[in-house]
Amino acid sequence: MIDRHIGFVHALRETGLPVSLAEGLDAAHALRHIDLADRETLRAAYAATLVKRPQHREGFDVLFDLWFPSTTQGPRKHRGEDPEDLRDELAELLNGDPAELRAFAQAMVERFGQVQAGPGRQSWFSYPVMRALSPQTLIARLLGERGGLPEKVARRRIATNIAAFEAEVATDVRRRIAEEQGRERITRSAVRPPIDRRDFLRVTKAELAEMRREIHPLARRLATRLSMKHKKGDRGRLDFRRTVRASLQSGGVPLTTHLKPRRPHKPELVVVTDASDSVSGFAQFTLLLTFALREQFTKVRAFAFVDTVDEITKYFAPGADVLDAITRMTTEADISRFGRTDYGHVLRTFEERHADALTPKTSLLILGDARSNYQQPNTETLKRLTGKVRHAYWLNPEPRDQWDTGDSVASGYAAIIPMYECRNVRQLAAFIEETDVGG
Amino acid sequence: MTWFASPSEAVTRLRQTGYLSDDAIATSVFLAGVLEKPLLAEGPAGVGKTQLAKAIAEATGADLVRLQCYEGLDEARALYEWNYKKQLLRIQADDDAWDDIFAEEFLLERPLLKAIRSERPTVLLIDETDKADVEVEGLLLEILSDFQITIPELGTITATRRPFVVLTSNATRELSEALKRRCLYLHLDYPTPERERDIVLAQVPGIAETVAEQLARTAATLRALELKKSPSIAETVDWAHTLLALGREVLDEQTVAETLGVVLKHHSDQQRAAKELGLR
Ligand SMILES: Nc1ncnc2c1ncn2[C@@H]1O[C@H](COP(=O)(O)OP(=O)(O)O)[C@@H](O)[C@H]1O
Ligand SMILES: [Mg+2]
Repeated sequence: MIDRHIGFVHALRETGLPVSLAEGLDAAHALRHIDLADRETLRAAYAATLVKRPQHREGFDVLFDLWFPSTTQGPRKHRGEDPEDLRDELAELLNGDPAELRAFAQAMVERFGQVQAGPGRQSWFSYPVMRALSPQTLIARLLGERGGLPEKVARRRIATNIAAFEAEVATDVRRRIAEEQGRERITRSAVRPPIDRRDFLRVTKAELAEMRREIHPLARRLATRLSMKHKKGDRGRLDFRRTVRASLQSGGVPLTTHLKPRRPHKPELVVVTDASDSVSGFAQFTLLLTFALREQFTKVRAFAFVDTVDEITKYFAPGADVLDAITRMTTEADISRFGRTDYGHVLRTFEERHADALTPKTSLLILGDARSNYQQPNTETLKRLTGKVRHAYWLNPEPRDQWDTGDSVASGYAAIIPMYECRNVRQLAAFIEETDVGG
Repeated sequence: MTWFASPSEAVTRLRQTGYLSDDAIATSVFLAGVLEKPLLAEGPAGVGKTQLAKAIAEATGADLVRLQCYEGLDEARALYEWNYKKQLLRIQADDDAWDDIFAEEFLLERPLLKAIRSERPTVLLIDETDKADVEVEGLLLEILSDFQITIPELGTITATRRPFVVLTSNATRELSEALKRRCLYLHLDYPTPERERDIVLAQVPGIAETVAEQLARTAATLRALELKKSPSIAETVDWAHTLLALGREVLDEQTVAETLGVVLKHHSDQQRAAKELGLR
């Protein structure tokens, strides 16, 4: 057990889960108090001691299943051996007890999962199992209720169970590969980086939905940070009149001091975001962020640009649906003439048309990759714009070592405005926490 | 003290207070007890984080001491404060009292000090830690490391028996790595429909099992819509109370349409849900 414990912790670290020495020891202590034969308790004990961020949970589970595989439930009795019978059986399970799915999944991997992986080489895969059973095509048959709410509810339940079945199949496939080729080999390929480290520039649609959940708390946090005027712990200045008035009750001795409530200054935010294709993943993300910010700040004005810039605030009114807003913005707003990003022209147009948005109370946030199709950086305009506001920051979705390569004019602008590499949710969170906005 | 003998005993005893746990909850609660480590429960609002601390106290017969966090919370409110008013009055009455005024009777005990000094088994609930300023985490880290508090005028106070500490967070911001490393971690999320049905049955006596089941499944469907504010367990429970009060025996479309406001608080969410679910 000790060896396995050490190997498991090592594998977690290798896949990017930060396990400290002390946490490794906590886990080892925990193992002394639980029934090691109870697999779900063991999983929970490891999770409680080692996994402190929900984003790390998915990768943790994959590794746990590899290091502590469930015992296979031996040969199973099936109602028939041909694929149609097996599909019937699956349909029943999808409608019934999800706990039964695991044993069935293992049997199906055994039956269909092994195929030729190269010349003279067999390996295990999920896709032949899914192809043989094709659970998606069972949905129509399983939907007893048609139309309206009952159908939605039924669909949701079946989809959840199909996903659970697919996960069980994938787990068993990995277990078999690990058995034949060693755990170390599969560890690296099986675990994706956690969501907060995935690159904005390469996100998929599904990942974007996941990120959305991460963004709201960050927007709230940014709003709080930007509205902090006083140093922390400063409870406000003495309210002289109230203190004196109160002292009259105690014979003129100021027993109770009254402090003026801290008056948070209402932050105003102007977001200017790149909406061009070179950053489309990032653009979608920043639009989501803009939308989330809209709900947190008293005054937010948002602008988007490709080669010209237009205000998009109205599409993001509180209560609007964010996906509708993005669609409307791309069809209605005037942000693209020729479709090639031109930061210089954008800054100039912004100054001409929207300079009134910037005041000494404003925080200005520019979001973009500073790739300007070989146009000179327009530093003079940016200098004037940043000179008008309280804070100005630029978030760049490209890795720092690619700044200034090709048509990037990042450092030209970075000389004027603090520019941060912001490629993933984690870096965004770090930006929000570390930026000195209290000034 | 032994808080719980095993994870399964934790399940049973929490169940007796009306709190339904699962493997993750029961194991982390059990381990927090035997390892004497604070338990950090993190997750969206209304999934039973605060209730968990209360249930632990009730199940073990311990006192519950609660520190509610908020922006601007400081040591004076979390730890202790000298009763300045009383001290002044004493000095006015007796000029020689200067040496006496930093004594026990002038000390205002706040939740952290109270929990550390308590002679009785105590559950210390540090609720909504994410709402406090980052500095407070430093203070918590110090206290949760050695369970002692130094008051310069009185000396060091060490816990005679360590409280069972539960911190909660709605994850509006990330707590510091250091604090997380010190704690056991429990991510509480929306439950599976099976578990939520059981919670409704436990929390709302008199509700029919079929209705509880429909409620749980409908809540899961609503959560999949990515609304601004997904319905929490608390809201499903409220929903069940509402149906019971209205005497509805089935959750049909009409009933859902009429009572959607109980579970969805934002107007835009109600509209979105009505559209997506095809309600009139
Ligand atoms: N596991 C559970 N067992 C029983 N009731 C629960 C459970 N989880 C949540 N609830 C119900 O939800 C309500 C809200 O939970 P609460 O602890 O206040 O949420 P949180 O602190 O996470 O915001 C509780 O009062 C209780 O009725
Ligand atoms: Mg709470």
